[in-house]
Amino acid sequence: MAAHLKKRVYEEFTKVVQVSAEGSELCRVTPQQHEDLSAKKLRLTKPSKSAALHVDLCKATSPADALQYLLQFARKPVEVESVEGVVRILLEHYYKENDASVRLKIASLLGLLSKTAGFSPDCIMDDAINTLQNEKSHQVLAQLLDTLLVIGTKLTENPSVRMRLVEVACKHLTDSSHGVRNKCLQLIGCLGPVEKGVAKEAESQAAKDVQKIIGDHFNDQDPRVRTAAIKAMLQLHERGLKLQQAIYGQACKLLADDYEQVRSAAVQLIWVLSQLYPESIVPIPSSNEEIRLVDDAFGKICHMVSDGSWVVRVQAAKLLGSMQQVSSHFLEQTLDKKLMSDLRRKRTAHERAKELYSSGEFSSGRKWGDDAPKEEIDTGAVNLIESGACGAFVHGLEDEMYEVRIAAVEALCMLAQSSPSFAEKCLDFLVDMFNDEIEEVRLQSIHTMRKISNNITLREDQLDTVLAVLEDSSRDIREALHELLCCTNVSTKEGIHLALVELLKNLTKYPTDRESIWKCLKFLGSRHPTLVLPLVPELLSTHPFFDTPEPDMDDPAYIAVLVLIFNAAKSCPTMPALFSDHTFRHYAYLRDSLSHLVPPLRLPGRKLVSSPVSPSITPHEDPSQQFLHQSLERVYNLQHLDPQGIQELLEFTIRDLQRLGELQSELAGMADFTATYLQCQLLLIKVLFSRALQEKLWNVAAPLYLKQNALASAAAKQILEETYKMEFMYSGVESRQVVIIHHMRLQAKALQLIVTARTTRGVEPLFGMCEKFLQEVDSFQRCFISELPQMQGSFVDKLLDLMPRLVTSKPSEVVKILQTTLRQSTFLHLPLPERLHRASANIIEPTGESDNPLRFTSGLVVALDVDATLEHVQDPQGTVKVQVLYPDGQAQLIHPKPADFRNPGPGRHRLITQVYLSHTAWTEPCQIEVRLLLAYNSNKSKAATKIAKSTWNESLEALPQPENGIEGTIPFSKPVKVYIMPKPARR
Amino acid sequence: MPEIKVTPLGAGQDVGRSCILVSIAGKNVMLDCGMHMGYNDDRRFPDFSYITQNGRLTDFLDCVIISHFHLDHCGALPYFSEMVGYDGPIYMTHPTKAICPILLEDYRKITVDKKGETNFFTSQMIKDCMKKVVAVHLHQTVQVDEELEIKAYYAGHVLGAAMFQIKVGCESVVYTVSMHSSSYRCAAWIDKCRPDLLITESTYATTIRDSKRCRERDFLKKVHETVERGGKVLIPVFALGRAQELCILLETFWERMNLKAPIYFSTGLTEKANHYYKLFITWTNQKIRKTFVQRNMFEFKHIKAFDRAFADNPGPMVVFATPGMLHAGQSLQIFRKWAGNEKNMVIMPGYCVQGTVGHKILSGQRKLEMEGRQILEVKMQVEYMSFSAHADAKGIMQLIRQAEPRNVLLVHGEAKKMEFLKQKIEQEFHVNCYMPANGETTTIFTNPSIPVDISLGLLKRETAIGLLPDAKKPKLMHGTLIMKDNSFRLVSPEQALKELGLAEHQLRFTCRVHIQDPRKEHETVLRVYNHLKGVLKDYSVQHLPDGSITVESILIQATAHSEDQGTKVLLVSWTYQDEELGSYLTSLLKKGLPQSTS
Repeated sequence: MAAHLKKRVYEEFTKVVQVSAEGSELCRVTPQQHEDLSAKKLRLTKPSKSAALHVDLCKATSPADALQYLLQFARKPVEVESVEGVVRILLEHYYKENDASVRLKIASLLGLLSKTAGFSPDCIMDDAINTLQNEKSHQVLAQLLDTLLVIGTKLTENPSVRMRLVEVACKHLTDSSHGVRNKCLQLIGCLGPVEKGVAKEAESQAAKDVQKIIGDHFNDQDPRVRTAAIKAMLQLHERGLKLQQAIYGQACKLLADDYEQVRSAAVQLIWVLSQLYPESIVPIPSSNEEIRLVDDAFGKICHMVSDGSWVVRVQAAKLLGSMQQVSSHFLEQTLDKKLMSDLRRKRTAHERAKELYSSGEFSSGRKWGDDAPKEEIDTGAVNLIESGACGAFVHGLEDEMYEVRIAAVEALCMLAQSSPSFAEKCLDFLVDMFNDEIEEVRLQSIHTMRKISNNITLREDQLDTVLAVLEDSSRDIREALHELLCCTNVSTKEGIHLALVELLKNLTKYPTDRESIWKCLKFLGSRHPTLVLPLVPELLSTHPFFDTPEPDMDDPAYIAVLVLIFNAAKSCPTMPALFSDHTFRHYAYLRDSLSHLVPPLRLPGRKLVSSPVSPSITPHEDPSQQFLHQSLERVYNLQHLDPQGIQELLEFTIRDLQRLGELQSELAGMADFTATYLQCQLLLIKVLFSRALQEKLWNVAAPLYLKQNALASAAAKQILEETYKMEFMYSGVESRQVVIIHHMRLQAKALQLIVTARTTRGVEPLFGMCEKFLQEVDSFQRCFISELPQMQGSFVDKLLDLMPRLVTSKPSEVVKILQTTLRQSTFLHLPLPERLHRASANIIEPTGESDNPLRFTSGLVVALDVDATLEHVQDPQGTVKVQVLYPDGQAQLIHPKPADFRNPGPGRHRLITQVYLSHTAWTEPCQIEVRLLLAYNSNKSKAATKIAKSTWNESLEALPQPENGIEGTIPFSKPVKVYIMPKPARR
Repeated sequence: MPEIKVTPLGAGQDVGRSCILVSIAGKNVMLDCGMHMGYNDDRRFPDFSYITQNGRLTDFLDCVIISHFHLDHCGALPYFSEMVGYDGPIYMTHPTKAICPILLEDYRKITVDKKGETNFFTSQMIKDCMKKVVAVHLHQTVQVDEELEIKAYYAGHVLGAAMFQIKVGCESVVYTVSMHSSSYRCAAWIDKCRPDLLITESTYATTIRDSKRCRERDFLKKVHETVERGGKVLIPVFALGRAQELCILLETFWERMNLKAPIYFSTGLTEKANHYYKLFITWTNQKIRKTFVQRNMFEFKHIKAFDRAFADNPGPMVVFATPGMLHAGQSLQIFRKWAGNEKNMVIMPGYCVQGTVGHKILSGQRKLEMEGRQILEVKMQVEYMSFSAHADAKGIMQLIRQAEPRNVLLVHGEAKKMEFLKQKIEQEFHVNCYMPANGETTTIFTNPSIPVDISLGLLKRETAIGLLPDAKKPKLMHGTLIMKDNSFRLVSPEQALKELGLAEHQLRFTCRVHIQDPRKEHETVLRVYNHLKGVLKDYSVQHLPDGSITVESILIQATAHSEDQGTKVLLVSWTYQDEELGSYLTSLLKKGLPQSTS
């Protein structure tokens, strides 16, 4: 029986290989041969397709009918080999057809058909060009040119085809319809010769300079054609043609065009030219001076920032950011802003703030007329419409459309990153943007500020404005601001104090920000130790003579202050002298409980709490790492002890490892991983040597026997689960580990088979299981063939030796063999990867502390806000799910939207989503459980991708892959209980 | 020469009482019909007798256009339409039409009920007047009559403010007043309509303002700090416009900062106005429009209606109260209650007229003498916050840049300031700029292009002849111009003849050319034929069997001279249409035939 089984498996397998091998050959054989060889599918469709179309089209009595047929035809895909036939038939009808709309449809179908993958359209090109000759309708002409464009883009490799198409396009450039001219220009842009050599070669037949042809249409009477001309030019540039500098003048004229799309395209063209010829010199009209082209272009694009159309403004503002070669004085002009009132010069709010700051006065704006205008202005010298770069960013940042403002902020960011002096100058404006009315703009400016933060130091009044935003109700804004404060330079101790006060205010208002605020203060402290030092007595409220009451250790605000101080004290050895006794105690406590926030300190009179991990010591010499390795060695070395001894040793080691993981956060992943592995091994050994599987106790009392079996199967199931956890919950798992994990899983499956064999009476179900198991062994061998040599003496190794015997023997024998092999196989050594992190999730919201049930009407939905942090999860968008468990055992799996995940830092993710709950009415409130799950799919696992990449064979790729399927889920967060109460609906 | 005449009846080199007469291509339009705040006598309304001494105004005006609901732009409307008498159409935008009567009624009440004036318009008159109003949508082209059309453009943040384009034929005028830059610059937008004349306000002709964001931030910071201290904030406002703007500002801020202190606004007018703001949400700025998907911003969450009793409530609060200059009413009452506490604050968001309490406290007076010799000591903080919403010089310049007018006319501003702006406009845009005083007429000559209809057949035929069309060069065309019933048409000669019922006359030129040639006639003809064939390669030259030659349609025949057989007379005959070729041919033949070898 088993032999038969095996034969079938192998047969199927080889067949698949054959088919795909044929497939690969087929590309080279002629269509006729192909027809003979290939599967029945193709024969079914091919002749009918074109013939049916032909019949249909002949049947069609009116153009409307024909159109209908064509539309229907277009819905179905056409095979590669029948494309040409279909095209011929379509062309035939094209010539016969009188109605323009049908011809139009045919033309568009031609384009669609030439797009078919694998079809080379050069055979139909001549026909397509011929159709152009006699066509009268402009629309059809345009559509035909579009088809030619498709053909051309498929045949870009062939220069003569391109030349021909370009010639055709040039011929139709004089057409009176804008649509045709548009398409011609597009065609020239996409296919025009780019390489100099080809252009020369072709000069004899068509001495045409594409740039000149396109340039001539910059002045076309139709704005759409003008736009198309500019776009074609840009297309040429993208394809690698160096545009001539001569068109710069033309492009500048287009900036004053009446139509926004022309201006928008022209701005792009000018930008491209400025990048191509930044250093060439252009004259300034109406004067004798000359300036660099990039400066001139910068001025012109700046001018467009105050264009009438917001599309153009956005375009211009965006491009400004990437013009980094511009001279600094032009750059600084963009922030220039002069105010006046009644012809007298007025200072801007920025200038006033700066003055107040330098004069030492703090608050402002108490008096009326504080902003009273100062000196008279010479009327001749005022320029109301700024020319060039003047005030471009001032305009952009004050634009009424937020899209423009965002673009301006982005541009500001890019320019400031490359120029520190500009960064310093634009600070005032950026800080202003923190108060924009649109949240996105605020967020963008905060991010921008963070990006340039190493170039800047905030003044106190600026800091004041920045900190005011901490009260924003949007969590994103606050967190972005915390990130910003982490890397901000503050100039004075008042600034630090102000920041602390505002952060504490934030903490009381939004207690959920705790972690983020602590982290922020940690960096603030470590960046400014000298500024924190004078503040310490005040912050700790110590007094030179009196003892002050000991603050509450659990107060988050107090912890925040301590985090700031301890981090400052790290590089300021004099600071601990100012601490009072309880501070030291609190330090010890915090160092232990919040070790990621509190650094080790060298405190007077005591030893360091934990030995400093100096960078010179490599991880391998680290004692805890050593310990880990030693304990593992110990386990691996003991191969053949009595089962009892092994079990005990394993239990101890697992305990040690778990404890180690708790103590050393950086080793936690590693320790957990190995502990899980050992746990699996332990379970395996326990079951194997348990009495359930002892042959001689086959006839024990039935109840005991059943219990034993239940235990065994539970153990097998647990091992399976643990292997999935090992494979999918840790980031940094390499293929070496994957092999071991899969091996363990195989063992677990073998165990399952054995247990089932012992419990089930019949033989029939066993057949299926055996077959499946053998398949798995086979696929294991295929997947990990390269790793097999390292698995000497393992379960799989032995199993593969016995494979020929297994496939021919009966299930009961198979089970017997498996059992002995399992028992005899050695314990595989689990190599440790460099870095291993366990995925974890923490649900911040809902907190699960509320006693007020969430009431809603049954049958309707209620939205529950879920906020969670995820660490070390790869691809959270695909894998993380939310599970809701109702008290009646009903479980609901929710897939959060990809947009709900934010990525605040490497390896960290944040899930902020809404979960919709609904249930029938309850009599009283009850708790539901919310937890996060990690979905996995072993087909998409690393092992599978590995084979896909390896050259082993292609057959696996041919197998249907379940799309986006979820094989199972692993819970990886603590469940949170939410109190809900669906009320019965009122009638 | 066609001309546009503009005469300001008010607002010429002056602020208030906007009323501008425009006559364009025979149509008379009145722009705005406002009252003057500063006068209580006849001068408060424009002098409508300028338009006509006797007889109804309807005969002299084609339409009236109101730009927005401020009283200095619409205050004289009931007087004008009901008391002076005007029955023609009055155009304004929908929000303006909704809010205008409220303000007019309020104005009437103050004048009649409070000041006890008689001979003023009544409530009924306001209603009757509003019945004559035609509401327009933005960018809707309204055909006032067959020739006159008007079109409204969005002009900014005063609800319903609009710029109007007035167009007759191809002459056009754009009128814009008080572009309130919504939150930022450049809120008013107009396409490149290139009008002959742009009439613009110039209140802030000599001012360039700082960004509004700074001012807003200052304002919010002050309010926030006071509320946090537990103080009360009083913001005296006028009912419309700025009050709503500030409400939105505070509402958003409260929302953003998660604040809990109550905000109140005084009931009555403001409430009514808020209702209209709620309705006309599409007329507001981007932020408000964007949030509308979730909720209407004017459905205030944090702002509630004020009750007199609330003023004594403990704890922080913010109150918007009318009127804006603290000279009477609710705002003054609240002010007296709160003035004594230094924790409180009053924020004056606008200008205060001399003599009002608002002006006094702004100029730093701390002890105020109230009625009844009572001395009120002001301990509360006094802040001034400029939220003026008129476009500044830059805004005006930008509008000019966008619209590209051929002439600019400044109104609604002080003469001195106008002078500066005028000089700038002339210098930077090289266009003429005018600033007429009240009653002074400015005449602008226009050079309108006259459209002519051409039949498609003729156009196609003519473009097909000759070289390909070149966009850069003018093209010569043949056709007949028919001027009939005020319209111009270019048609082909045949059609013109047909339409006019005339028979076609043929005009033929005939010319004799003498050639010395002793040979036989047909030989001469052959020689001429060969010669012409050699010279005129592009034309069809034919030798007909009857011995004549045709070049295109020109006929050449040769006969021997009756007296001298050695001289042959060539008869060249051509029609009028072929004049060019014919005269060329004659001159060619006159030069004689080349001495051929034959």
